[in-house]
Amino acid sequence: MATTTVNSKRPGSSGGLQVRGFTDKYAWPLGYVAVILFLFLLYQAILPSLITDVSGPVLAWLPVATVNECLMWAIMALGLNVVVGYAGLLDLGYVAFWALGGYTAGWLMAYPFNWEWDFHLFSPVPADAPGTHINFWLVCLVAGVLCALLGILIGAPTLRLRGDYLALVTLGFGEVITQFFRNSNEIAGFNVANGDSGISSIDSIGTGVLGATGIAPPLLTNSSAGNVWKILVLGLIVGGCIFVSLRIREGRLGRAWLAIREDELAASMMGVPLVRTKLLAYAVGAFFGGVGGVANASGITTAVSPSGFDFGKSVLVLLMVVLGGMGNVWGVTVGAFLLSWLNSNGLKQIGVQSDALFGTDLAATLPRYNYIILGILLVLMMLFRREGLIPEGRTRALLKTPSRTEAESLGADSLEAAAETEAVERADPAADAKIAASAAAMAGPAGDATSSGDSTTSPGSGTQRKNSDD
Amino acid sequence: MSTTTEQAAPPARGGGKEPVLELRGISVSYGSITAVRDLSLEVYPGEIVTLIGSNGAGKSTTLRTISGLLRPRTGDVVFEGNSITGVPGHEVVKRGICHSPEGRKIFQRMTVSENLDLGAFTRKDKEKIAEDRENVLELFPRLRERIDQKAGTMSGGEQQMLAVARALLGNPRVLLLDEPSMGLAPVLVDVIFETIERIRQQGVTVLLVEQNALAALEIADYAYVLESGTLSLQGPAAQLLDDPSVTAAYLGGH
Repeated sequence: MATTTVNSKRPGSSGGLQVRGFTDKYAWPLGYVAVILFLFLLYQAILPSLITDVSGPVLAWLPVATVNECLMWAIMALGLNVVVGYAGLLDLGYVAFWALGGYTAGWLMAYPFNWEWDFHLFSPVPADAPGTHINFWLVCLVAGVLCALLGILIGAPTLRLRGDYLALVTLGFGEVITQFFRNSNEIAGFNVANGDSGISSIDSIGTGVLGATGIAPPLLTNSSAGNVWKILVLGLIVGGCIFVSLRIREGRLGRAWLAIREDELAASMMGVPLVRTKLLAYAVGAFFGGVGGVANASGITTAVSPSGFDFGKSVLVLLMVVLGGMGNVWGVTVGAFLLSWLNSNGLKQIGVQSDALFGTDLAATLPRYNYIILGILLVLMMLFRREGLIPEGRTRALLKTPSRTEAESLGADSLEAAAETEAVERADPAADAKIAASAAAMAGPAGDATSSGDSTTSPGSGTQRKNSDD
Repeated sequence: MSTTTEQAAPPARGGGKEPVLELRGISVSYGSITAVRDLSLEVYPGEIVTLIGSNGAGKSTTLRTISGLLRPRTGDVVFEGNSITGVPGHEVVKRGICHSPEGRKIFQRMTVSENLDLGAFTRKDKEKIAEDRENVLELFPRLRERIDQKAGTMSGGEQQMLAVARALLGNPRVLLLDEPSMGLAPVLVDVIFETIERIRQQGVTVLLVEQNALAALEIADYAYVLESGTLSLQGPAAQLLDDPSVTAAYLGGH
């Protein structure tokens, strides 16, 4: 009976990894759009119409600029999640792609420091403005592709390494890129990226038709109106990243990544081409990183310089992924929001509040101790919730479900029950021995959820053999 | 060697067909240590061939070399008439050799269903995959009961069944099984070996590596005995079962 019902369920789910109902399928896009629209309306219409007693604290705790920063970091975290969460490759130099994305924006969306030609392409800036000005979305694409190529270039020789070695190489790579830009004013006689001073006055995001018709400001500068509209633009990009992350994961490639993360050797035995699959993870992650870099340079800072791309940023993104829940898109997004909020405004605001309430002097110092605080947070998470805030389903299940024992799999659980009743009814010493044997067979391995099958089975089989000898 | 010489010309092994898999004098080294030395063996279509020997004799190394995870220092691996020496592991799977590795290596955090999906990773023929999936679930009804369970939460025997089922979903012409009985209760060992018989009946050629020599010889057609990396003995399995030297060395006989 049970077999047939299970059987009839199978064909529908055999293609994909997960069976998802109709509501499940459309729940997240609708929910996500609702959240982004709510945020937009909150800053656009709701807060301005409220008295300052109400809107003041909201704007102090969560200014619109911080919302944008959170969204930008979510792009980064989602990108790194593909590499670390999906494919299980530890990347400590993810900032490199952020930097390259940012500099791509600098090259293609600003009046460069020494280039002579003018070039405009679907750009909102006035046509007579000197310099290269290319549309934000095109630059996102270019930066993404450029970063993906760089990712493949770096990955090809290094992805053959495993675990710690890969982490070290990526760490070095992150530093190399920063140093490259630091010294970029004198590379083979050319000023490539203006060295330490970097590139400033990067174009803001244009709004095209919306701007032309006066609905939105034509350029989303760091003014309050611009910042509010940026929620929609960045929200759209984050939504795209979430969509791609979820879709890829359900597909063949996502399955291959998970297999590699679980067991590289076994994955290769299933016919997963290891190097190519890992390179693709790197490329997709790098693409997101490049887009994040453009979003940051054009939407948040409007300037890039080498000092902004330090190792700490790589760690910060990694923290978002780990704290949020490696491999879980929603966990990672929440992790990104939480940490970037703490980092950009939360800690300062906590300090300000504490100063006002307890007369402390933390408003200035707390933000400076951000990495200490984030570090403590990480340690606490590792102690109490290793799988992250919103863990990936498969991690949770294995940490919670006890292992089945060999005796159970043989149907000894029912044997035991039968023997037990028999024993009670007849007080038969032979049945006692049976119970003792099956209990012993189960006692050893039970509850040892994570160890391999070998160690769980051997005690069980040993006991049983002894029993049959008796 | 005695068995080989007595059995001067094994009468029409494989029924006059070409061997499906052939090792021609392969030597495999890990650094400076040679694990397998000048090993030649043939597997004919439809056979169960077993490779037995003690711990560290080079059995698993041989399988890993066939499935492209290791590269032989010398010699040739020939599959269906073509050399597959140096072909990367994921390509070997595509060509029709699937490997159920030592220690199972199932994907612990994935469900049984997902594990099976990965077994068919290289294939695109959806209908045939569904059919094969149905077939392996017939072979291992227990897996059907646990289809949505995380593989790591199953018992050792079930995990072993999954490892074999997963390899079968690659639609192999040759199935490499590495120690399928390791760490299993005797009852389950019987189940696994019965299933190997049934797999052969379905037309899959099996190369079986075992420490449990008795069980392996009982179901195999032909056997090779490895001793510290070199071939010490070969012959029809039934004959090896009667060979006193084999009995003494591997079957704990008197």
